[in-house]
Amino acid sequence: MLHIEKWKIIFILLLTVLGVLYAAPNVMSPQAKTWLVDHMPSWLPSSTVNLGLDLQGGSHLLLEADTKTVISDRLDSMVDAARTEMRKQNIGYTDIGTVRNGVTFKLRNPAQDHDAAYKIARGLEQKADIRIGDDGLTEVTLGDDAIKEINTQIVNQSIEIVRRRIDETGTKEPVIQRQGTDRIVVQLPGVDDPEQVKALLGRTAKMTFHLVDMEATTAELSPGSRKLPMREKNGGSVIIKKRAVINGDLLVDSQPTFEQGAPVVSFRFNAIGAKRFCDVTKENVGKPFAIVLDDEVISAPVIRDAICGGSGVISGNFTVKEAHDLSLLLRAGALPAPLNVVEERSVGPTLGSDSVASGKVAAMAALGFVFLLMLGSYGLFGMFANIALFLNMIFIFALLSILQATLTLPGIAGIILTIGIAVDANVLIYERIREELRNGRTVLAAVDSGYRLALATIVDSNLTTLIVAIILFSFGSGPVKGFAVAMSIGIVTSLFSAIMLTRLMVIAWLRKTRPVTLSI
Amino acid sequence: MLRFRLVKEKTNFDFMGVHKIALFLSFAMMVLSVVLLFTRGLNLGIDFTGGLLMEIKTPAAIHITDVRRALAGLSTGTPTIQEFGDSSVMIKIPGKEADQATQKKLYEEVKKLLGTDVEYRRVEYVGPQVGQELIMVGVKAFVYSMIGILAYIWFRFEWQFGVTGCIALAHDVCATILFFTLTQFEFDLSTVAAVLLVAGYSINDTVVVFDRIRETLRKYKKMPLPELFNISVNQTLSRTIMTSMMTFIAMLALLLFGTEVIKGFTYAMLVGIIVGTYSSIFVASPILLYMNLRREVIAPKAEAELAKG
Repeated sequence: MLHIEKWKIIFILLLTVLGVLYAAPNVMSPQAKTWLVDHMPSWLPSSTVNLGLDLQGGSHLLLEADTKTVISDRLDSMVDAARTEMRKQNIGYTDIGTVRNGVTFKLRNPAQDHDAAYKIARGLEQKADIRIGDDGLTEVTLGDDAIKEINTQIVNQSIEIVRRRIDETGTKEPVIQRQGTDRIVVQLPGVDDPEQVKALLGRTAKMTFHLVDMEATTAELSPGSRKLPMREKNGGSVIIKKRAVINGDLLVDSQPTFEQGAPVVSFRFNAIGAKRFCDVTKENVGKPFAIVLDDEVISAPVIRDAICGGSGVISGNFTVKEAHDLSLLLRAGALPAPLNVVEERSVGPTLGSDSVASGKVAAMAALGFVFLLMLGSYGLFGMFANIALFLNMIFIFALLSILQATLTLPGIAGIILTIGIAVDANVLIYERIREELRNGRTVLAAVDSGYRLALATIVDSNLTTLIVAIILFSFGSGPVKGFAVAMSIGIVTSLFSAIMLTRLMVIAWLRKTRPVTLSI
Repeated sequence: MLRFRLVKEKTNFDFMGVHKIALFLSFAMMVLSVVLLFTRGLNLGIDFTGGLLMEIKTPAAIHITDVRRALAGLSTGTPTIQEFGDSSVMIKIPGKEADQATQKKLYEEVKKLLGTDVEYRRVEYVGPQVGQELIMVGVKAFVYSMIGILAYIWFRFEWQFGVTGCIALAHDVCATILFFTLTQFEFDLSTVAAVLLVAGYSINDTVVVFDRIRETLRKYKKMPLPELFNISVNQTLSRTIMTSMMTFIAMLALLLFGTEVIKGFTYAMLVGIIVGTYSSIFVASPILLYMNLRREVIAPKAEAELAKG
């Protein structure tokens, strides 16, 4: 028992020192930390525990991309394209429409038009499955893989646009990640009123320029036209040609400015956009055209002259904030699909710091109680366990810092729970030593078999708890996950500190004093 | 130095003598728990029902009646308004009606009523679909935990121990859920974590007793099981009480000094620790009596293991 290899002692002490070193930055003042980073070699640890949004304040948003709308829009435009092509090539068809994930129509002369129809169908969508029956019934469907690819594309594009929009607002260190197939997690530290961010993310900001359909009457719409509400006139509407003459993705810049004292939004096209805008305005002098944003006509000015400079302004009775937001959205680009908020958790900065403060008090109180109980029950050996427990707290923070894990409020609860569980290993060992002493063993033999016999039990009981913690981690979301991380780390470090560290202390003490009786 | 002992040096309680009463009580409790779960139900938080929660604090003391009146005009949902602490108000709109539009309207109403000095301490919104998913995640995590524990104990002991451990665990989870159906404390995501943790803690406690039973089985090959179990439980009693006491105290500190947000979690843990301690003494070992243990299988195996270690 008294024998313990030198390398083991060195190893245990080394780990302890490393633990203290890695935990140290957490208790330093910000100034001390900057000094450390500037003046000390870079291998010295300087990272600290990441505080979760619930502790530092901030907003967590879970957005869901409405990919169904995008796919049904795409199918609609496939129907339009098929119709146009078949008319152009004089192919007779009936019953054109959409089915689940596809387009269907029936050829009048399947024998004659089979090949041409097949070509048109292929032109609609490269990856579509095409089936033309003998009776002329044609189905152009997107397979699961194609749908999945579209979804992935939508979400990836959306993440990019969301990032750009959030960067424009100046939020520091936002986290924007994909979750599952069609969801995006947005974490915004320090933002306690997420309404503004949500307003920015809730709009697709798809801007298009259309000609106004002058011939149509409200009662009768031609297939190429649609009626859209007008933003300026309350309840009014404008009938526009469906086909957009220019798309918003040709914009390169947009800024809020003023024109005759009123806030307006300026925009600038790239070369292609500028050319097209020039042509369109040249051909349609004297006619109104519509600027459409998210299926709403922002303004429908009459073209006075050809505009060939590549830039213009949108005036639409904006407030200063509206002009600012609109230009931001136009700069960042349109979202490929509408995003819906499906979950939101925001915590104000004061509640966050309140939680940290009360967590500290609770942890101190728990430590204090356990300290007294261990000391009162096991005397000197209890003190050994207490030192190990104290070091265990340090190790937990060291590991959290090294792994850059996020500490959340449930995580604090997990750590406090570990305080109780960590000393369990020592209780098991000490109770066992007591028993062995009662059975008439010598001090050394009792201590030796106490550690040896308790080990299997300690490993069994801790592994079962660890299994639960790991399962919690892999299934849990948010709060549960933070808790599971703290818990797992606590179990691992407590095994080290409660077994190895106390053993080292006990051996050192036994060697020095060589006691004949033991008060435990 | 002041020294004390929670459990005296050598105990000799006849735990197995009362096992019929204990098992009957535990069985009745489990049945009641399941019945109440389906009749009375849990007071599910918005994590599971979906809904909206807003905690605000104003510099001036607000009259809760004013808040109530101001929010009466919300077209959808019935808000529960609760005052706590110093000038903090919690507004909760559970259910599907609470959508993003309602939230926007709620913001506007609060702003109109309380001006711009309001401090939003906490805003949570959970969509109905997400709520459904979170329930499924909780159930899945529970089932997998059970399987993981069963497999591990089976591997380390015999299948009888694994099954018994799982029954004891289900017992403790039932008791915790019974506590929540009776008190109607809110059951949210962190409570689920706590219930799963109760499972982990309870099995930890039970495994320690099992370990000792295995050891004693090896030592006394002819002793009748009830007597043998009694010895094992008594030998580990001091440790069981000591550890439970310390975990309980640690959680008590969290209840006393922690924030409102973590209360549900703490209550669940406190109940779980008490019940877990009870079950590892009065439930697990008695069930093992009925499990038809094959001593000749366990004893040599344990000896071989000891020789190895």
